[in-house]
Amino acid sequence: MSTSVPAVPVPGADPERVQATAVDLGRRSWLPGWFLILWRNRKCRIGLVMLAGFALVALLAPVLAPADPRDDSFPTSAGPSAAHWLGTTAQGEDVLSQLIFGARTSLVVGIAAGALSTLIGLVVGLTAGYRQGLVDEVLSFVINLGLVVPTLPLMVTLAAYSPVRGQWLIVLVISVTGWAYGARVKRSQIITLRTRDYVTAARFAGDRTARIIAREIVPNMTSLIVAGFMGATLGAIGGEAGLAFLGLGDPQTVSWGGMLNEASLGGAMLTGQWAWLIAPGLALSLLITSFTLVNFGVDALSKSAPAAGPDRLHSRPSTGPLP
Amino acid sequence: MAYFARRFAFFVATLWAAVTLNFLIPRLQPGDPAEAMVSRLVGRSESVDPAQVEAVRLMLGTPEGNLLDQYVHYLGAVLRGDFGISYSYFPYPVTHMIGQALPWTVVLVGVTQILSFVVGTLLGAWAAYRRNSRTDSVITLGSTFIGTLPFFWVALLLVYVFAITLRWFPERGGYGGGSSPGWNWLFISDAFQHSVLPGLALLITGPIGWIIGMRNNMVQHLGEEHTRLAVARGLPRRRIALAYGARIAILPNVTGFAIALGGLVGGTVLVETVFNYPGMGRLLLEAVSNRDYPLMQAIFLFVTIGVLVANFLADVLYGVLDPWVRRAETT
Repeated sequence: MSTSVPAVPVPGADPERVQATAVDLGRRSWLPGWFLILWRNRKCRIGLVMLAGFALVALLAPVLAPADPRDDSFPTSAGPSAAHWLGTTAQGEDVLSQLIFGARTSLVVGIAAGALSTLIGLVVGLTAGYRQGLVDEVLSFVINLGLVVPTLPLMVTLAAYSPVRGQWLIVLVISVTGWAYGARVKRSQIITLRTRDYVTAARFAGDRTARIIAREIVPNMTSLIVAGFMGATLGAIGGEAGLAFLGLGDPQTVSWGGMLNEASLGGAMLTGQWAWLIAPGLALSLLITSFTLVNFGVDALSKSAPAAGPDRLHSRPSTGPLP
Repeated sequence: MAYFARRFAFFVATLWAAVTLNFLIPRLQPGDPAEAMVSRLVGRSESVDPAQVEAVRLMLGTPEGNLLDQYVHYLGAVLRGDFGISYSYFPYPVTHMIGQALPWTVVLVGVTQILSFVVGTLLGAWAAYRRNSRTDSVITLGSTFIGTLPFFWVALLLVYVFAITLRWFPERGGYGGGSSPGWNWLFISDAFQHSVLPGLALLITGPIGWIIGMRNNMVQHLGEEHTRLAVARGLPRRRIALAYGARIAILPNVTGFAIALGGLVGGTVLVETVFNYPGMGRLLLEAVSNRDYPLMQAIFLFVTIGVLVANFLADVLYGVLDPWVRRAETT
């Protein structure tokens, strides 16, 4: 076990070496270089394996689950048994099946809302940072406002006004309330990138702003965007769970937060159904842990982004056998 | 002074934006918001209470006027502190309900936040002082792990273990049936007992941000030139850590307070729901489930204003503590 952090050779300590390793590895393997960097980080590797496990469970939910998650034909409020490993709910549903299907909700809502809020953050942050002047002043104000407005009360208020709370509405509510932090990080990054020589060169060459941003700047921010996406997804998973726990989630889908809400209301504590109470929270915690672990590797990757010049990690020549 | 003026301008601007946001949210839905709300209420139950319709109309102002008229009317009402009548607690005004809930949340959040800050900063400083030791990795990895635990789940487990299984603390509410709110010993001790578990739930996850922030800042400062000079002068290690590392590292933590607070309010909503604690969070949720829109809107506004005021105070404090900020903003 690593008791001292620097004793472990973390890829990312030395940017040049990491890149060289990546290019080197990329040549010898069919896997992309960035993946190999992530894989070589032990924490990140554990996270990737855990995440793959969750993804597999979510994909194979109908196969893995012993029963339909909403099938309430079983005995009610039963403790763990051979027939129901995690017991049954107060309505007589199988807790294990709900747990398995809940992985879908957390992953789908988390990733969708993470992607959407990353996109909003990217557009706002890039525009603010690149345009500067009045546009920047206004957008920065909006970003700062988004940072200070308390997220959960805003989510609750928005969700309360929606007549139908489908899964995509939840995604929208989480994204609309959770993009600001990413926007701020991207804005400050683009401010340091926009004065680089290659950007100036592109501008002199007559490239339009949209092209400069898309071709010259965004590729150099990839690792930052990925790290931002991971963070946003983490927040979205937590946000979905919180909303569902408050009873404001999508009533049609089974989710871990919703399970905890039902466990709390359904008297899981009084009947001593510890499995019903512990399993969804533990699953949430493990999913969040796996994203956090992967983020350690992504951090190493973003620190390895070069100070200047095109990022070789992302614009590596074709993966052919010979360069 | 320019720094303070700038922060104050930002504060006023965000305040205006929050008030406007509060005006716009109910009007985001298509059609006449009052009609939409009332018809939704009709759809739910057979008869609509006239009081509820009246409450909705009061909150939304005159639906006949155009948006600008409504906005002016609304701003006037907010300035007068008139947030309408609560539907679910008819005939009490919304402000009365908020006045009852506010002290619970302010005391709970205030106390746990101060404790979190103290505990987190001390642990973070300790980890940085013993950096790369076993202590450091236990503190750092431990707080990363605890940080992944869902807030409300920790609260649920606390209820399960300490209130229901062990029966050490009451499981729900702010005070018992035997006491009534007031400055008497019975009530205060009762309220304290009821606040232990919610406070603990907030305290378990509360210090994590401070720990990580303090540790990273302090490790950075301990590697800088002025610290190396102090080492070269032969100053005691402990003194260097406190005077050269901790004193400077604590500053960014003050601004960290601003971002932490928004999240903390969300955590409070969840914790108050779990413990049925009579604060703003539970009142908000109650308002939502009762479709008490006037109450809901006012709580959202109050909570947001509270966070903005706290932010502004943190900014001012930061400016007072760190002369560099003031100078940088002036030039």
